[in-house]
Amino acid sequence: MITLRINGEKHTIDVTPDMPLLWAIRDIIGLTGTKYGCGIGVCGACKVMLDNSPVQSCILPVSAAEDKNITTIEGISENLQLLQNSWTELNVPQCGFCQPGQLITAAALLDKNHNPTDKDIDDAMIGNICRCGTYQRIKKAIHRTVELKNKN
Amino acid sequence: MGKIQNISRRSFVKSVGLASGGLILACNTSVISDKSPENLIDFNPNLFVQLNSDGSLILVASRSEMGNGVRTSLPSVIADEMEADWNRVSVKQAVGDKMYGDQNTDGSKSIRTLFLPMRRMGAMAKAMLISAAAQKWQVSESECSAENHFIIHSSGKKIGFGNLVEIAKTLDIPYEESLQLKDPKDFKYIGKHLKSIDVEDFIKGSAVFGLDKRLPNMKFAAIARCPVTFGTVKSLNKTATLKIQGVIDVIEIPKIDRPFGPLGGVAVIATNTWAAFKGRDALEIEWDFGDNQVYDSDKYMEEITKNVHKQGKVSKDVGNVNKAFRYANKIVESTYQLPHLAHAPMEVPNTVALVQGETCEVWASTQVAQASKTEIVKYLGIPEKNVTVNVTLLGGGFGRKSQPDYVVEAVVISKAINGPAQVVWSREDDIKHGYFHTVSAQYMKASLDVNNNVTGWLHRFALPSITSTFSPGIDYAAGFEISSASNIPYDIDNMKVEVGKAPAHVRIGWLRSVINIPHGFSINVFADELAAAANEDPLEFRLKLIGEDRIVNEKEKIPFKTGRLKNVLKIAAKNAGWGRELPKGHAFGLAVHRSFYSYLASVVEVSVIDNKIKVLNVYTAVDCGTAVNRNTIKAQMEGAAIFGMTVALHGKITAKKGAIEQSNYHDYQMVRMHQAPKIHVEIVESSEIPTGVGEPGVPVIAPAIVNAIYKITGKRHKTLPLSNEGLIV
Repeated sequence: MITLRINGEKHTIDVTPDMPLLWAIRDIIGLTGTKYGCGIGVCGACKVMLDNSPVQSCILPVSAAEDKNITTIEGISENLQLLQNSWTELNVPQCGFCQPGQLITAAALLDKNHNPTDKDIDDAMIGNICRCGTYQRIKKAIHRTVELKNKN
Repeated sequence: MGKIQNISRRSFVKSVGLASGGLILACNTSVISDKSPENLIDFNPNLFVQLNSDGSLILVASRSEMGNGVRTSLPSVIADEMEADWNRVSVKQAVGDKMYGDQNTDGSKSIRTLFLPMRRMGAMAKAMLISAAAQKWQVSESECSAENHFIIHSSGKKIGFGNLVEIAKTLDIPYEESLQLKDPKDFKYIGKHLKSIDVEDFIKGSAVFGLDKRLPNMKFAAIARCPVTFGTVKSLNKTATLKIQGVIDVIEIPKIDRPFGPLGGVAVIATNTWAAFKGRDALEIEWDFGDNQVYDSDKYMEEITKNVHKQGKVSKDVGNVNKAFRYANKIVESTYQLPHLAHAPMEVPNTVALVQGETCEVWASTQVAQASKTEIVKYLGIPEKNVTVNVTLLGGGFGRKSQPDYVVEAVVISKAINGPAQVVWSREDDIKHGYFHTVSAQYMKASLDVNNNVTGWLHRFALPSITSTFSPGIDYAAGFEISSASNIPYDIDNMKVEVGKAPAHVRIGWLRSVINIPHGFSINVFADELAAAANEDPLEFRLKLIGEDRIVNEKEKIPFKTGRLKNVLKIAAKNAGWGRELPKGHAFGLAVHRSFYSYLASVVEVSVIDNKIKVLNVYTAVDCGTAVNRNTIKAQMEGAAIFGMTVALHGKITAKKGAIEQSNYHDYQMVRMHQAPKIHVEIVESSEIPTGVGEPGVPVIAPAIVNAIYKITGKRHKTLPLSNEGLIV
C-alpha cells in the first residue's frame, strides 16, 4: 500500500511501487487533468508539482512520491490561479490537452522567479510540447501574469 | 405535437443545404418525440437549437473540437442570427448521426459548409420567437424585433426569450422564404474575437478528452501490433504478461480488411494503462511480416526520384512545354524530396467502448463520428440505431483522427471482455502505426526567355496516394492530389503536370493541409529559384509571375482569383517590411499558396549564424473570406506557423525492413518554445464566402524558410527536414 497526498488529500492505493505517478493519479485515483503524452519524460503533458518542483509524473515511480505534497492542475496555488486568469484572458489553449502541464510548469517558474525574461521562460518551458503551437500566447500570458502581479 | 408542419420543415431543411433523406426524417423525429407534453419545457425549432423556459440556450456543435474552435464558432453563428445572449449559451456536442449532415471534421470545411445553414437555424428560431411575442401581445410581428435574448415591441415593452418558449413551441415552422438573415454590419459575434467556450475547462483540467473518459469497472487495453504494416501474428507466448500485477487477459485482435479496420495484433487487458503497457511489452510474439517488410524508405526515395526523371502520366498539358524549353534563354531544373510525416497529436488515439448484447456505445476522440459508426455497424453486424457514437474533446487531430481504426479496436475488445474498455495507444504506437503523410519526389523544369519571362513549366511528382489506403494497388496520385499542382496561379503559356509511379508500403492518410505540403513546397521554392535565375527580387518576380487579375480554375465552383493571391502576398511583404535592411546573417523569405479556398502568404525572417538557423518572425496574411471568429483565425495561423516549422526543421519518418524507425518525441521532434518565432497575423477584410482556416497556414512556412536561408547562405535546400541538411536547428 502506498499513500499519496494530492492537492491536500490523502489517497492510499494498492499498486506496484514502480508504477509511474501519472498512472496512479489518472487510473487509480481518477484525477484526469494530468495528461499522458509520451511516457518517457520529454513532452511535459504529465507535469505535477512535487513539493516545490515540477516533475514529469510519467517517469517518476509512485514510490518516490510518497510523503510528498503533490499538486496537480486540479489543485490550488496562488501563481497557478493567476496564470489561469491570464490564460483565459489571452485565450491561450487550442485543443487544450497540453495546457495543464504548461500551467504547472509556468507556475513553478513564477514560484522561483518573480520577473522572468523571455529567455527564462524559454528555459523553463523547453520541456513542454504544444503540438497546436500556442507558444506565443503562453509566453504572453506568463508576462501578463507578472505584469498584473506587479501592479497589485 | 401535431402542430409541427412537416412540409415547411422539409422545405426549410432542404434550403439550408443539409438536405439528405436521413436528415429530414430525423429532423421531424427530433421534434415529434415521444416525450409527454408536460416534459417538453424546451423549444426545439430545429436540430441545432434548444431554448429552455429559464432562457438557457443549448446550441449543438455537429463537428469535432480539436483546437479548431468549432464548438465556439458554429454556435456563435446561430446565436448571432438568433439575437441570443452569448452568456446564456451552452454547447452540446452532437453524437454521430446522419441527421446532422456531414460531420467529418476535415478539409478545413466546417465553417465554409455550415455558415449559411447555421445562420438559417438561428434566423428560424428568432422568427418563431417574434411570432410568439406578437401572438402574446396581440400585435403585428412587424412591430417586434429581437435583441440580446429579448423580443422588443415598438412600444418599448419587452419579454425574455425563455418566457416565450411555451407559445413558440406550439407554432408552425416558418417557411424558409420568410426567413430574413441579418445585414453583416449588424453582426454581434460573427467577425469578432470570441474566446473558446471550453477555455475554463481546459485550464482547470476538467475538460474531458477521450483519454479522460471513465466508466464504472472500465478496463484498459494496449495492443501489440506488427512492426511491419499489415503483418500478422505467427505465434504468441503470453505467460510473462499474465504474471504482471493488474493484467487481466490477453486476446488476439483480428486484422480487418477495411480502410479503417484495425491493423490487428494482440491486446493486453488490464486494470490500469500502466499494467496494460507493461503487459504488452512482456508479450513474446513471432510475426509474419508480410509483403511490406521490403520497405526501405531511403531506397524508396531513390526509386520514386528515378520515376520523376522519366515521362509520367500526363494530367495537365497546356501549350507546348517542349517547344518552350527548346527556345529557352535559360533552363532551370530542380528535384525536391520530402519524407513521410506522422501527426503526433498530444492526445494519442484512444476510445472507450461498451458493447452490451445488441447495443454499442463509444466515447471516441474522433474527427469522423459517422465513419466510426459505420465501421462499428460493419464489425458488430447490429442495426445502426443500436450504436451511439459520443464525440469527446480531441487533444489534437491533424487528420490522424479521421481514421477510426482505433475506435473499432475498442469495440472488438469490449465485446471480447463483455464490459467497458478503453483502448490506449502509447506514443510509440502513435508514431509507428499511424496513417502517414505521404513521401514525395518532385521534379520541376522551367524555361526563361531573354526578358526573364517564364515560358514553360513542367512539374512531375511521385508520391503514394491516400487512395491506396482505400483501394490497395493504386500506385498513382488521385485527382485531389493533383489539383494543387495543376491549378497553378502563374501566368505561363506552356505548362505540363505529370504523375510518376509510387506504390504504398504503409497506410497513407491526411495530415494537416495534406498534398499542399509537398506542392506548396516545390512550387514556392522553385518560383524563388526562377527569381534567382532571373536575378530579380523574389517579391517583384513572383507578382509578375502571378500576372494579371484573373480566375485560374474556370471550371470549378469556387473561383481561384489571382488578385486575392497577390493581395495577401503584398500585405505579408508590407507587414514584414520587405526590402528593409536586416542584421548580418538575417534574411526574409516568402511563400504564397491557396488551399482549402483560402489565400495565404507568409514572409519569414530567418537567421543563419554559425550554421545555426533561427526563425525570428513570421508575417502571415490570410484571406479566408468572411472572418467568423478572428480569435480562432489568428490562433490557427499562429499554430500553423509552428506546425509548418516542425515540418521544415524536424519532420521525418523513415522505415527499414518495413518497420518505422522513429518512436517518440525524442526522435520525432516537435518545435518547442525556445524555437518559436514571433508570429504576426493580418486577416484580410472580405465579404466573400468564409473558407478554410485550420490547414491553409501550413504549406507556406517550410518553403518561405528555405527561400530565406538561400538568401543568407546561397544554398538551396531541396530536401527536408533541415536538421538533416547539416543545419543546427
